[in-house]
Amino acid sequence: MRSNLQIVFVVMQQVVVRFCGDSGDGMQLTGNMFAQLAAEMGHEISTLPDFPAEIRAPQGTLGGVSAFQVELGHEVYTSGDKADVIVAMNAAALKVCTLGSHFNHPQALFDDDFALYHRHAIVIVDTDFLAEKDLEKAQFHTNNPFTELGVPETVQIVPVALTTLTKEALKDSGMDNKSILKCRNMFALGLIYWLFDEPMEKAIRLLEEKFKKKPALVAPNSKVMVDGYNYGQNLALSVNQIHLDDVSLTNHSINSSLLHGHFTSIAGNKATAWGLIAAAEKAGKRLFLGSYPITPATDILHELAARKDMNVMAIQAEDEIAGVCTAIGAAFAGDLACTSTSGPGLSLKSEAIGLAVMAELPLVVIDVQRGGPSTGLPTKTEQTDLLQALYGRNGECPAVVIAASSSANCFDFAYEACRIALENMTPVILMTDTYLANGTALWRVPKLADLPKIRPQGVPEELKGHYNPALRDERGVRYWAYPGMEGFEHRNIGLERDAQKGTISTNPENHELMILARKHKIEQIANSVPDLKVISGQIVYEKMANKDIVLVGWGSTEGHLHAAANEIGCDLAQFNYICPLPRNTYDVLSKYKRIIVCELNTGQFATYLRAQFPGLMFEQYNEIQGQPFAVERIVNYVKSN
Amino acid sequence: MEASQFKSDQYVRFCPGCGDHAICMALQKAMAQIGIPTHQVAVISGIGCSSRMPHYLNTYGFNTIHGRGGAIATGVKTSHPELTVWQMSGDGDCLAIGGNHFIHEIRRNVDINICMFNNRIYGLTKGQYSPTSPKGFVSKSSPFGTVERPFIPADLVLGARGTFFARALDVDVPVTVDCLVAAQRHKGASVVECLVNCVIFNNGTHAWVADREQRAEHSIVLKHGEKMIFGIERDKGLTVEIDKNTFIPQIVVVPADDPRVLTHDAHQQDPTIQRLLALMGQENGLPVALGVIRDVEAETYNDAVNNQIAEVHSKTNVHSFDELTATLDRWEM
Repeated sequence: MRSNLQIVFVVMQQVVVRFCGDSGDGMQLTGNMFAQLAAEMGHEISTLPDFPAEIRAPQGTLGGVSAFQVELGHEVYTSGDKADVIVAMNAAALKVCTLGSHFNHPQALFDDDFALYHRHAIVIVDTDFLAEKDLEKAQFHTNNPFTELGVPETVQIVPVALTTLTKEALKDSGMDNKSILKCRNMFALGLIYWLFDEPMEKAIRLLEEKFKKKPALVAPNSKVMVDGYNYGQNLALSVNQIHLDDVSLTNHSINSSLLHGHFTSIAGNKATAWGLIAAAEKAGKRLFLGSYPITPATDILHELAARKDMNVMAIQAEDEIAGVCTAIGAAFAGDLACTSTSGPGLSLKSEAIGLAVMAELPLVVIDVQRGGPSTGLPTKTEQTDLLQALYGRNGECPAVVIAASSSANCFDFAYEACRIALENMTPVILMTDTYLANGTALWRVPKLADLPKIRPQGVPEELKGHYNPALRDERGVRYWAYPGMEGFEHRNIGLERDAQKGTISTNPENHELMILARKHKIEQIANSVPDLKVISGQIVYEKMANKDIVLVGWGSTEGHLHAAANEIGCDLAQFNYICPLPRNTYDVLSKYKRIIVCELNTGQFATYLRAQFPGLMFEQYNEIQGQPFAVERIVNYVKSN
Repeated sequence: MEASQFKSDQYVRFCPGCGDHAICMALQKAMAQIGIPTHQVAVISGIGCSSRMPHYLNTYGFNTIHGRGGAIATGVKTSHPELTVWQMSGDGDCLAIGGNHFIHEIRRNVDINICMFNNRIYGLTKGQYSPTSPKGFVSKSSPFGTVERPFIPADLVLGARGTFFARALDVDVPVTVDCLVAAQRHKGASVVECLVNCVIFNNGTHAWVADREQRAEHSIVLKHGEKMIFGIERDKGLTVEIDKNTFIPQIVVVPADDPRVLTHDAHQQDPTIQRLLALMGQENGLPVALGVIRDVEAETYNDAVNNQIAEVHSKTNVHSFDELTATLDRWEM
């Protein structure tokens, strides 16, 4: 089947592919299909969907460019700084990926600092969408977009008349022009499959799976995809095919759990939703979600609303406050209660979270962080809600704060949030963000039996008839009785309660006692939090070890910081548990000469750590552009300072 | 059951002379009459004088935050429809800060018995005007009189497609008990507007109807299926007339023996006449309607949500996490 022309393979360990086109061009679907096939072929993957806030910006314009980036290969920590392969479906997409954040500057040219691809990248571009009107919409001033953008000669530009070829492929299909045009992304996908020498049988099966609800679309899309593959094969595009190095997951230090078993690719929001489902079953509790639609958290609501087969009750409330309040009602009535939101919603829920702190009810609050403040950058990623989660409530109002650090471990930390909440009668705020929520990663599918036990707080039977909501166990966690339990009738309150009787109290000493009791309850949770483990950066490219340096991060930056630690040859301390911190935090950090706290904000975790450990010196590295870290910039910072 | 079984051990801290005392007693009586065991009853409140009520009832109770009682009660009832859920709220808690939750729990028809204590004032914060204070009302926050148009709670409830509306009066315990019992029997969001006097900050706000001498003339107790007769001598009746020019229907007083006297139909789905009855009062010289004004059937939210889950659940065979993950497009390595 191979053409008789000489095929040259380039062997690479990791490759970054970026699909970019108009928001209506199906780039998210195309990228997802490619990533899924790559994962099925045994590659590690990490993806970054990057789409505009507008659902449909005017067609062909710079504001309407939607992209999907995936890194695949071996030792994949991030979705990649820069692409090795670009698919640009139109002139606007070409401009945006060439100029990056500078696409709006009239005189901007390709620059290594902000281009979204490397100097040696392959750029596949649909020439049918480089016509005069397309160039005009993308604000080009000449008829030669490549020269105008200053694309280096080292970039391999692959001009393909994607649209013409798609029309040709479907000329006998009887489909109308508009429907035919919707298939051009599959031509591009077929071409990429050829580039990576992927097996078409699996690709076709995957396509059938994706379109199983629209069977009429299977045949034309499949045809176009195969034609795209054959186009690459037969014309032997003057491009080298890419061969990924053999995969061996065993050396992967982030995902050391990825030894063997069943795998799938999963998006962070779905992983979060499934973590809640697993926890509910493990704990023997009904899962209740009260939520209100908000980008980028809504997929959690979507997923749980669809899980009635699992007996999940997911309520779309009238507002963010009702989202958390219905959950508090369900918690009061004995359920595993959750609410999902993003930063603006967390602000609205603050007072109610305070009620759950005061009433000492289990509650899981998921904050999928986005760019702020206010409406900010709703579809972009940021780590700017940390201090809000820790302190954004009236009064002395401690709650548990934990963070997921990969799309796949959103599952584990959602599960962990439920465990901590149910066992300790407290709200737990789980921090994820746009990058984790929309990105996908390889996930080793667990068995319920292998997950940690969850022992929801209960109430000893002998308290029947004598129960009140202030009674605590030896850990300082109050006992949980709820409506329906005979002999445990009580009144819970958001007012201060008497430490003995559980009734309203305004007594000064009692108030202080209760504040300390609630504080202690959160602090003792550290007893069930695993120790902080340092990740040692591998010394690659014969670089010097820098073992007196530790990068410190929290949440979603783990992949990027790990890659940076490898480049620098230093250590990484990545936090998932923020309040309370792991018990050994001071012991770990105090060993280093340079502690560099890297965050996608202006230094919120650094501020928190300084307050906890005033004796340590914390250096900061911050980026706040609505995008994940660029590994290269972190490395440059650490080396030049 | 006895009313005493529903009394908690807490000292009742309403001000001496406050109308809430009477409603508290009426609640205990009504709950005993209804006969649902104390551990199956959850009383949820927000913040305000009326929201202290759960402390005085020996059931499960939750005195929450200002305005949010409706949303929290929705969570309790929807997740646990087997419980009997009451919500205690006031005109500020329900109609101002909690307005959104109030209209949505009514729109969704969540099976909650909502007691809305209307004293037309903020009492706990010591005397500011509320959304039901009449225009021009002088209070600490409106020293020159309010410039706002007040809500008429019944109008709001009907506008939100309410299925039950009753009006009780603090000084008339039997009518209040009847309203509360009917609210419990009704499946869906049952709003009982309790006209209560605030002896400290708004004394006499409902005097026109509450005054013992005048009450028979200034109020009418509506009962489904009974003629609308009122007055000390029970010589007056109510009927509806259509204005010849505008075709707008209006309630008019006629002699009790007039054949046109209406029979109250609380079960009528069309709220036109119920609304006219609910809007009667001193302003239009008509007797204030007490008792159950509207009581119609509609599917409850809690049933709809739970039935849908049960239906989907019964049609699938994926009921555990391990079964769920088996449906994934997964592969072995």
